[in-house]
Amino acid sequence: MKPLLSVRGLSKRFGTRVACRDVDFDLWPGEVLGIVGESGSGKTTLLNCLAGRLTPETGSVTYNSAAYGTVDVHDLSEARRRLLSRTEWGFVNQDAREGLRMGVSAGANIGERLMAVGARHYGDIRRTASDWLDRVEIERGRLDDRPTTYSGGMRQRLQIARNLVSEPRLVFMDEPTGGLDVSVQARILDLLRSLVGSLHLSAVLVTHDLGVARLLTHRLMVMQGGAVVEDGLTDQVLDDPQHAYTQMLVASILPV
Amino acid sequence: MTENSAKDGAYNYAYLDEQTKRMIRRAILKAVAVPGYQVPFGGREMPLPYGWGTGGIQVTAAIIGRDDTLKVIDQGADDTTNAVSIRRFFARVAEVATTTRTEEATVIQTRHRVPETPLSEGQILVFQVPIPEPLRMLEPRETETRTLHALSEYGVMQVSLYESIARHGRISKAYNYPVMVNGRYIMSPSPIPKFDNPKLDRSPALQLYGAGREKRIYAVPPYTPVKSLDFDDHPFEIETWEQCCELCGSKESFLDEMIVDDDGKRLFVCSDSDYCERRRAPAEAAE
Amino acid sequence: MYVAVKGGETAIAHSLDLVADKRRGDRDIAELSLEQIDQQLGLAVDRVMTEGSCYDRSLAALAIKQARGDLIEAIFLLRAYRTTLPRFGDSLPLDTSAMVAERRISSTFKDVPGGQVLGPTYDYTHRLLDFSLMAADERPTAPTAPADTNRTLPRVGDILEREGMLEPPPQDGASEDLTRQPLTLPASRPVRLQNLARGDEGFLLALGYSTQRGYGNNHPFVGEIRYGHVPVSFVPEELGFAIEIAEIDVTECDMVNQFAGSHDVPPQFTRGYGLAFGHSERKAMSMALVDRALRAEELSESATSPAQDEEFVLAHSDNVEASGFVQHLKLPHYVDFQSELVVVRTLRAEVEARRRQAVLDQAAE
Repeated sequence: MKPLLSVRGLSKRFGTRVACRDVDFDLWPGEVLGIVGESGSGKTTLLNCLAGRLTPETGSVTYNSAAYGTVDVHDLSEARRRLLSRTEWGFVNQDAREGLRMGVSAGANIGERLMAVGARHYGDIRRTASDWLDRVEIERGRLDDRPTTYSGGMRQRLQIARNLVSEPRLVFMDEPTGGLDVSVQARILDLLRSLVGSLHLSAVLVTHDLGVARLLTHRLMVMQGGAVVEDGLTDQVLDDPQHAYTQMLVASILPV
Repeated sequence: MTENSAKDGAYNYAYLDEQTKRMIRRAILKAVAVPGYQVPFGGREMPLPYGWGTGGIQVTAAIIGRDDTLKVIDQGADDTTNAVSIRRFFARVAEVATTTRTEEATVIQTRHRVPETPLSEGQILVFQVPIPEPLRMLEPRETETRTLHALSEYGVMQVSLYESIARHGRISKAYNYPVMVNGRYIMSPSPIPKFDNPKLDRSPALQLYGAGREKRIYAVPPYTPVKSLDFDDHPFEIETWEQCCELCGSKESFLDEMIVDDDGKRLFVCSDSDYCERRRAPAEAAE
Repeated sequence: MYVAVKGGETAIAHSLDLVADKRRGDRDIAELSLEQIDQQLGLAVDRVMTEGSCYDRSLAALAIKQARGDLIEAIFLLRAYRTTLPRFGDSLPLDTSAMVAERRISSTFKDVPGGQVLGPTYDYTHRLLDFSLMAADERPTAPTAPADTNRTLPRVGDILEREGMLEPPPQDGASEDLTRQPLTLPASRPVRLQNLARGDEGFLLALGYSTQRGYGNNHPFVGEIRYGHVPVSFVPEELGFAIEIAEIDVTECDMVNQFAGSHDVPPQFTRGYGLAFGHSERKAMSMALVDRALRAEELSESATSPAQDEEFVLAHSDNVEASGFVQHLKLPHYVDFQSELVVVRTLRAEVEARRRQAVLDQAAE
């Protein structure tokens, strides 16, 4: 079996500030990898480098594509990369407003990926969109409403549906439950866990919340000051942290 | 070679200098070679204001010669003020024969309509275009829209049509209705009513589109497929009227509505004044 | 039978007569001469030359007269004339350090080599209407202040630059001509400056002002403003050496802005640059503020404000384009509106039909 994503020697800096340094890892099919660390540790920068949204100074990100075979994400033409990102990939932003078209209905938001790859039957697109509202536990009756009329939790669930409708193989998630009430968070975590299982998704999840990491991820990487200081199976890292920084994180000494 | 217009010795034939005309012709050739693609060109300031047809005028000035016969319409009619003004401009600076008869014209400059009378090979239809970018209202950034065209990434346009059906039960876009040209580029047909879109498809005439303020030229060569965007279960359709033209009785043409008295009484007449007159001529001659 | 909207030909002829009549006004009042406009409305002439991109005082005066003082209309007239002129080539860059300055001030240093030269400025006038000007033949006496205009003044920017405190001006790039080529984005700085130089003074003023109010602040100081005469030189191909072809009046603004430095560059002041024909300080300063704001990305600053948005600024700065497009809404849109009428009526009829059906359904239950 080949890894879905292979990262080698990845570094990125902004001016004098090193955002991430010499990151190596493999992501295997069906695996959910968590990246944890406090604000400014470089985890979101790393995620953006993986998804081709930022270009690293050094290192490579290799993706095993269903359509194109093994490709270097940063050597791909922009056309290919954009196609990948709306077919084989998904990206769930912390702020759902960045991942949604706020000016059009929920149905149009979910249908966009289908139309982008050629779907031209309004009725079919609408049915698929309705089914997806069901799956993310939004009333079908809200299909023609704009996300501006949705609550924060509903927007996040809509963003998830918009990404998963094309049945991607790999989903990048940046603090998908950040900024939401605790009860709303729990519902989204449940939803994500069941979708990841039923769709056999692979995912890279960035979070500062160790509870979220424990619930959703199989494996963890702990970042501090742009570098990976510890990695391993999630339960192992959280129950028996080896690095002093991880120990502090787990003991919740550090402010998040 | 500089060829001065007899009436205005200070200006070159057809107003523009020959270098500028060559530059515009090169842009036109490129546009014809890549149907539906918006070619940036060095648009000049014209003696008419931006938004009043400077793109169409530059295209016409670059292609017109003394042997041409020019027709200018605005809203389908030859006698609307802007059409009169542009026709006078070319009669003055290009000493060209003008006509109102569609079939007599070699070059037809138009704003907002395609003539009802079918066009033929050898005719050129020059459109005045305000916003050449069909994706502009969905994506304001030029750098982004150019990328979307380059990558044929047109999901967002279909999203806007989907949204229209979700909101109104049908595609509510009435004019400037987007088209796919030659299966490759989405194009704005300029603000013609969607009624005219089918006339663009595989037309024997050459269609040239000029946007002066936005400095873009694009083209649809003769016999090129032009498809109005739609959904399989919501196919493209054009406007129809219950009324027929009050003057010529036409049931097939695009009708303008006029309010004729203080009680709001309405009359419907052909927007295409030449078409309407030609249909009336035999009847009036018989009287 | 109905009366259609015909007779455009006659209507236009009447309208042209009326506008000519309005322009001239009361025939008993003496007609304005171009010399009067040039001499007594000189700042209007300066603005029309700047935004019309054509340095010719008498043509600008003619445009103002023809446009009845509507400066944007005058700029349009001058542009439409300019566009028909043959183009011989590029002049050499103006050497403004060789300027014979009537005015030169710096707000960064109390005194600078050559001194602060106030020259003619409204800055220190009291804005009280001077009713003595209502008299027809006021003749102020010639100024008695020493007119020391024969020396040239070193530029304040050059002094800071020698110390390494101010970034060097950009190297000359191959200049494109926006009046011959379309704007492509992202644009080079020379192209941006060209666009701003032709841009509407009011638009740039508002944008420059917005940077001062926190929308893209870049801590500006007026390094120097100078106004005066500079020679224009040109190298004709057949000669191969430069000859002076004209002397023009320009206003130049060198804005000095704070910059924190980056990984490779130690902290240094940065520049924003403005240049306008004639005496147009408001324009030159606004241009310099906006030029600096547009450099946000180049200088790795976060670009979140309108003045820092290249596409937004460059696409909307031109008042001839803007005025034309705004006013084109006066043209007939019968056909488009008719299409909308048909669609709206259809939609309304469908809603009405659904409503009736609902009433029937309810009655049936």
